[in-house]
Amino acid sequence: MTTRQIVRSLEPTQDNLLAILHRVQNDSTRNFLDEPEIREVADYLELPYSFVYGVATFYSMFSVQPRGRHVVRVCASPPCHLMGGRTIRDELREYLGVEFGDTTEDGLFTLEMSSCLGTCGIAPAMMIDGEIYGNLDGVRLREIIDRKRREEP
Amino acid sequence: MITFTLNGRPLSVTEGTTVLEAARGAGVEIPTLCHIEGLEGYGGCRVCMVEVEGSRTGCAPACTLETAPGMVVRTDSEAAFELRKAVLEMILAEHPADCFNCKHSGACRLHELAARHGLTKVPSGIERSGFPVDDSNPFFTLDPNRCILCGKCVRTCAEIQCSDVYTFADRGCRSSVAPGFGDLLADSRCVSCGSCVAACPTGALRPKDGSWSGAMYVDRRVRTVCSYCGVGCQLDLLVSGGRVVGALPADGPSNRGRLCVKGRFAHAFIGHPDRLTVPLVRRDGALVEATWDEALERVVRSLRSTVDRLGPDGAAGLASARCTNEENYLFQKLFRAGIGTNNVDHCARLCHASTVTGLAATLGSGAMTNSIDEIDLQDAILVTGSNTTETHPVIGTRIKRAARRGARLIVADPRRIDLAEEAEVYLPLKPGTNVALYNALACAILEEGLADREFIAERTEGYEEWAAAVRSCTPEKAAEVCGVDARDIRRAARIYAGARAAGIYYAMGVTQHTSGTAGVMSLSNLALACGKLGKPGCGINPLRGQNNVQGACDVGALPDVLPGYRKVSDPAARAAAAAVWGREPPSEPGLTVTEIVSAAESGRIGFLYIMGENPLVSDPDIGHVREALSAVDFLVVQDIFLTETAALADVVLPAACFAEKDGTFTNTERRVQRVRRAVPPPGRAREDLDILADLLERLGLPPADRSGAGVFAELARTAPQYAGMSWDRLEGGGLQWPCPSPDHPGTPILHAGRFTRGLGRFVPLAWSPPAEETDEEYPLVLTTGRNLYQYHTRTMTGREEGLSILAGEAYAELHPQAADRAGVRHGETLRLSTRRGSIELAARVSEGIRPDTVFVPFHYAQAAANILTGTALDPLAKIPELKVCSVRAERGNGRAPS
Ligand code: SF4
Ligand code: SF4
Ligand code: SF4
Ligand code: FES
Ligand code: FES
Repeated sequence: MTTRQIVRSLEPTQDNLLAILHRVQNDSTRNFLDEPEIREVADYLELPYSFVYGVATFYSMFSVQPRGRHVVRVCASPPCHLMGGRTIRDELREYLGVEFGDTTEDGLFTLEMSSCLGTCGIAPAMMIDGEIYGNLDGVRLREIIDRKRREEP
Repeated sequence: MITFTLNGRPLSVTEGTTVLEAARGAGVEIPTLCHIEGLEGYGGCRVCMVEVEGSRTGCAPACTLETAPGMVVRTDSEAAFELRKAVLEMILAEHPADCFNCKHSGACRLHELAARHGLTKVPSGIERSGFPVDDSNPFFTLDPNRCILCGKCVRTCAEIQCSDVYTFADRGCRSSVAPGFGDLLADSRCVSCGSCVAACPTGALRPKDGSWSGAMYVDRRVRTVCSYCGVGCQLDLLVSGGRVVGALPADGPSNRGRLCVKGRFAHAFIGHPDRLTVPLVRRDGALVEATWDEALERVVRSLRSTVDRLGPDGAAGLASARCTNEENYLFQKLFRAGIGTNNVDHCARLCHASTVTGLAATLGSGAMTNSIDEIDLQDAILVTGSNTTETHPVIGTRIKRAARRGARLIVADPRRIDLAEEAEVYLPLKPGTNVALYNALACAILEEGLADREFIAERTEGYEEWAAAVRSCTPEKAAEVCGVDARDIRRAARIYAGARAAGIYYAMGVTQHTSGTAGVMSLSNLALACGKLGKPGCGINPLRGQNNVQGACDVGALPDVLPGYRKVSDPAARAAAAAVWGREPPSEPGLTVTEIVSAAESGRIGFLYIMGENPLVSDPDIGHVREALSAVDFLVVQDIFLTETAALADVVLPAACFAEKDGTFTNTERRVQRVRRAVPPPGRAREDLDILADLLERLGLPPADRSGAGVFAELARTAPQYAGMSWDRLEGGGLQWPCPSPDHPGTPILHAGRFTRGLGRFVPLAWSPPAEETDEEYPLVLTTGRNLYQYHTRTMTGREEGLSILAGEAYAELHPQAADRAGVRHGETLRLSTRRGSIELAARVSEGIRPDTVFVPFHYAQAAANILTGTALDPLAKIPELKVCSVRAERGNGRAPS
């Protein structure tokens, strides 16, 4: 589907703004919203372009910069923190070789920090794209990342 | 009504009033940083905190807190003070550490409030820093490092100016206001109106003109009226060290705190080194400096010899729509009484002569019927032949805002202008087909039984005959002629006729045609048929171009009428003038601008006096004008710059600009407002009024009182519409004519209850094609107009560097298809030719114009559009058809002139 078609897949009402932005971003191989896409959404919903940009940069789930194919969000809220979240964050940084907010050189992963993912029962936790991974430790974490790498064509 | 207690005093206010509004109404100051007068409370900055007895938290922001019965509020308690201080401290903590030494602090609201609350240094905290400064706009700087994220710029631009430039980008400590995607302001939709800059309480948005850093040194603020267009915005000129250093918007009735880029920033021309400072006379072919006495003597001498040779009608004068009422009044008096000829006209001929002729015939008065403020009341608006956001920017903004509040907007224009984006129905009609469209709208209204029967029966005449004629003008037929969809015509008709309050706004896209008068009258028919006249929020509103074109007409700078539109042919009117002037004006109407040009060419005009106009760029068919000007024996030009026209003169008289004179301008809504002197004219230049009074004296007709107020009083005795006005009464918002007596409040709405001519008259009109139709050789339609950044022939705006950056080059706008056929791409040189001449200029390729049409702004002398335009005249109003001629577009050889 073209961006135009994706944008038009929902009714042009303002309350669909977030849903449309999600659909457009999900379709992007680099996990982000670019300027023409934001303009397209703005025109369709008859909203100012600046306003849509403001929304896209306010919510952390959206990005206006290209990101990796997979976005790794590690929880940084207290329950995970108490369960060793800090180590997990350090290990991820080391294993992926990037700082928070950055993307790996092969363009596969962007590392981000997140507030509580709502899965404190399996703390420490992280989310890759839409999927949750809990009870993390260094070994499990490497396995998960390696698996993701292997899935790549 | 609600009664509550403020600082121990009971106060009664209407329900829904916020504590802030109530306090301000009662003269109690509550400091604010994010509040915008006229918009809803925002609650963003928390500086407006007040103590609320017995409330859960003990305090609340006044700007969002609604008053409630029995509420007890304190703004003056220790607790309230400490609250505000704490909030200010938190705001400051994010501010650059040098805040208190900032050279801008004199104009900074944050700084001022901090000082008032005893804060003298920036508390250490998380300083906002590292944001790139956006210096791309020629008139102001955006420095996010000094931003307190109050949101005033975001909301001002979106909700008042309706340009939606800013957003809050990013989150948390990285938040900033920006146009998005790291874009610079210069690449955004910003129109440089400066509203955000005026709103910003800190130095984050600051003008570059020096008024900001020097704000603490501004000696005086002088309230006056903008001289750039007929909207008549009130503004304050900031004077420092005898110079105008900037301007700020004022709460005038037409602008309500807004300005456009020209009024706000384009003041460099005032003290510009190119200004004329001494009189010049031609000696041995060259213009050389002279004394006033010498120059004026020469004027009088040549005038006398012309009159001896050719009679009084051998003299002619072009008055000025940029000069004041007082000056234009004296100018026409000079010709009528001093010389004895009615040969006086001005450029209104080129803009709205068809309005005056058309509306006088149908309604009895050729002026805008309703007030600008009534845009706020309208539920439907029809804009046609006016690119309002560029030519009358503040009215354009107000229409945009109305559309966003829910008014249904119809736009009929060959170009997809900015307002078209906000329109519910956009009709991209072919230039020269207005009458066909308006008739079709009327036809649809009659067919669907939407006409206002009662109004027609009680207040109009000629209905049956008109209705019979218009019934055959179906939307389907018009669709062919105009190139628009018949269904859209019907939709537009329903919106207009069905509205409670609907106004029509039009400008030169209607008037500058051979069918100009017919266009105006057919719009008038439309309004009459729907009963949309004489009521609030209705009306037919010609938008007058120059700042005082309305006034120049009112005071008689027209060849056929005396001050107040009294016909020269009317003996009673002449006698009345004679009673004031001591001499009776001639009874034969004089020559119009275009006739003066032809008469001069054939040697029938020996003396021509041009005050503040530049016909060598603004008039149709320039080649012709140049010959005419060279043919007159004696040419006097009175202006502030040595314009293209002045360079041909025998005597050049250096005049004063609007900031250097006292007087009055009458804006497009008939509002007479005071213009006030902020600085003296440069060198030996003199106020136009003074020059004219001198000349009258030399002709043996000294004005009884040559002060501005005195001349106005004399004018008020001759123009019945102004009879009840005096300078004293014009303080503040001014008065709208007619104002027949000193106790009359002025007339915001014309034709209420009764039309000026008695009954409103329907006039049947058939569409006829423009004088020049396209053919194989000249296959495109050329239409001319203006843009936002330049004014008239750029004698003033051309001196503003910033405006030249934004729009300094001549260009032609054309559709990609037309560009393809001509073989040019965007930015390349295009050659445009008509039967009269050709020009080369840059091509601006845009989807926003019909494929069969080319648009060229007329401001630019290097590629003067008026080399191309024809002189075909409207048979009734004698206005030239500047809006359509046939043109050929091809690739240019040379480079585009830069
Ligand atoms: S100058 Fe006017 S248009 Fe530009 S950003 Fe400021 S308010 Fe908006
Ligand atoms: S730039 Fe000025 S007006 Fe805009 S948010 Fe910052 S401080 Fe407020
Ligand atoms: S809208 Fe017209 S009167 Fe108002 S500031 Fe702009 S040019 Fe001046
Ligand atoms: S705190 Fe990490 S998932 Fe809730
Ligand atoms: S003015 Fe009330 S919160 Fe800013």
